[in-house]
Amino acid sequence: MISLLSDSAAVFWRSMTALGKLVRTTAFKLSFAYLLVFALFAGALLVYFAWTTRALVTSQIAQTVEAEITGLAEQYRQAGIRRLVLIVDTRSRRPGSSLYLVTTATGEALAGNVGSLPPGTLERTGLTEITYHRPDEADESREALVRVFRLENGFRLLVGRDLEERERLHNIITTAGHWSIALVIVLGLVGGFFITRRVLKRVDAMTATTQTIMAGNFGGRLPVAGTGDEFDRLADNLNVMLARIEALMRGLEEVSDNIAHDLKTPLTRLRNHAEEALRTATNEAAYRDALVNTIEESDGLIRTFNALLMIARAESGHTRETFETFDATEIVRDICELYEPLAEENGLRLKVITDTALPVRGNRELVSQALSNLMDNAIKYAAPCSHGDNERAIAISATGQEGKALVAVADSGPGIPAEDRMRATERFVRLESSRTKPGSGLGLSLVAAVARLHDGELQLADNNPGLVATIVLPLAPRAEP
Amino acid sequence: MPSPDTWTSPTLAADQIARMAMRILIIEDDRDAADYLVKAFREVGHVADMATDGEEGLGLALEARHDVLIVDRMLPKRDGLSIIGALREKAIDVPVLILSALGQVDDRVKGLRAGGDDYLAKPYAFSELLARVEVLARRRPGPNEETVYRIGDLALDRLSHEVTRGGTEILLQPREFRLLEYLMKHAGQVVTRTMLLENVWDYHFDPQTNVIDVHISRLRSKIDKGFARPLLHTIRGAGYMVRDAKGA
Repeated sequence: MISLLSDSAAVFWRSMTALGKLVRTTAFKLSFAYLLVFALFAGALLVYFAWTTRALVTSQIAQTVEAEITGLAEQYRQAGIRRLVLIVDTRSRRPGSSLYLVTTATGEALAGNVGSLPPGTLERTGLTEITYHRPDEADESREALVRVFRLENGFRLLVGRDLEERERLHNIITTAGHWSIALVIVLGLVGGFFITRRVLKRVDAMTATTQTIMAGNFGGRLPVAGTGDEFDRLADNLNVMLARIEALMRGLEEVSDNIAHDLKTPLTRLRNHAEEALRTATNEAAYRDALVNTIEESDGLIRTFNALLMIARAESGHTRETFETFDATEIVRDICELYEPLAEENGLRLKVITDTALPVRGNRELVSQALSNLMDNAIKYAAPCSHGDNERAIAISATGQEGKALVAVADSGPGIPAEDRMRATERFVRLESSRTKPGSGLGLSLVAAVARLHDGELQLADNNPGLVATIVLPLAPRAEP
Repeated sequence: MPSPDTWTSPTLAADQIARMAMRILIIEDDRDAADYLVKAFREVGHVADMATDGEEGLGLALEARHDVLIVDRMLPKRDGLSIIGALREKAIDVPVLILSALGQVDDRVKGLRAGGDDYLAKPYAFSELLARVEVLARRRPGPNEETVYRIGDLALDRLSHEVTRGGTEILLQPREFRLLEYLMKHAGQVVTRTMLLENVWDYHFDPQTNVIDVHISRLRSKIDKGFARPLLHTIRGAGYMVRDAKGA
């Protein structure tokens, strides 16, 4: 019994909290406010309508009374009291709402259909509303609009109309008004309830999705009804945001996975070397070698780590705050100037081809670094195998094309086979042919990340023989300083 | 690293360099790292104090007894950048090197904007830190810096961009001129490859290859080749130095 009670109490409270939730929503509050405004407006309209109708009816009655009294007074003037009494008597007998009374100067009734009048009525000459009794129904008082006319020789003539019709009309209007206001309120509440429930349902659906997303389901997206309404627009925008967050999360996961997998390899190598030195080294020189080796390995680790962090940061778009407009051809010339002696030492000639100024919006340092990575690669892989072959060159170009700046480094080295080009920009991918050369395997993925950060891309193509790596960057609008 | 030099290159070990002792304050919360630095600086003849939190560090720095501060960015009680801010507010313009695990381009910009004079990302080689600290400590630019740098019989005129050795004019490319200018400005001090890359080329990344060495070797062939006494020295495991053999 108690549990039943507490159960029903729980149901009651649950429905109460559901109702409370409904009532607290913006949609409900808004519909309620509108309902109030409309009800007030409808009420005012009805009151105005009722009053003007009443006034119109009253004035029509007054006109009729006036006309009739004028007519009767005319009859009296022409034919005297006898004739008037006769006419009044005839008219009084007709069924209808008209009231007539002819009295002497002392108030004795000569003809008419009025039983009793409030005292003093006959002394007032204007239009008055009175309560009266019909001769045959003494205890039922009625409302009437009457006018008293003083005839010559002290006779009084009273003409009036019963106001029952007017009151009935008034009642009809008032009743209709009450009902319609009640209807407005009921419809408003019901409409508000349904609208609110619909809105609440969509918001609840969104909330439910966001909760699953918060719980870790980053693939979840907000439902879009396809009606193009404000909820769809909101959901669309939030979905774009969620996609971005998902991409960032995936990037973060990838980075941590890569750190876990690929930094462990050199760390293991480092540890092995150190252990080996402890076990086998016998003299100071051997220990020294082991230590030098350790430092070299750790420097390599740091470089890999830095490159990873930089890629992650470039991919997060964080560095966009530091963007400025610079000339891509200037970067190309600066980097060529930096690398020219090194290329020459490796038996390579640098050919530089640059257009006129190519304004690009971005981070100068990162683009320089990306280009420097391409140069490192080109020199590393294009270095002549034999000293006899000395007409090898690296062509660096910065050209404008269809609103884009193309910064390309072309070498005549072994190149990358077409089927491997997609993979070459992935992190830690070191193609089989390059395993023997030093490097972290992050060079091209860093270049690709920098290009993407600038809304551009890294394209790899065949140079027959060799590789053309092109950084495609969108040109900045000319107007910018 | 194989030496890029094609003829007898003057190479010195880092400990063969005469140093002027300086007083360094290290503000670093990792006690191990701080101890290591104090020991390493003492070994090369400097005096080093250390503080392991921001408040203590600021207190010591405010005494203004030090030639250089080495400040970590993330410190307990008070972060490194706010220490620099507090010092600059009190018009203490002691050179500050910021040492930080945050090594990206924008971190560096933030650090230098906060009033730091140099920025070095962790982890670092001690030789790099030492070279930078020594350059910072001696920097103190006078109101009118000399317009002609002279080392031995080598002279570099900063206004006319004329370089002569023993009275003979040496023609240098603009970048070579700037490279030599930087080296001569810090004559007698070790200058590392990254310092050259930062100050002569304005790049803050680390190229995978030995680009700087090749530039140095070109410069060397222009200023030292054919002269009995070499002026541009390679400091093994650290960088380069311009000095007259008898002492700059």
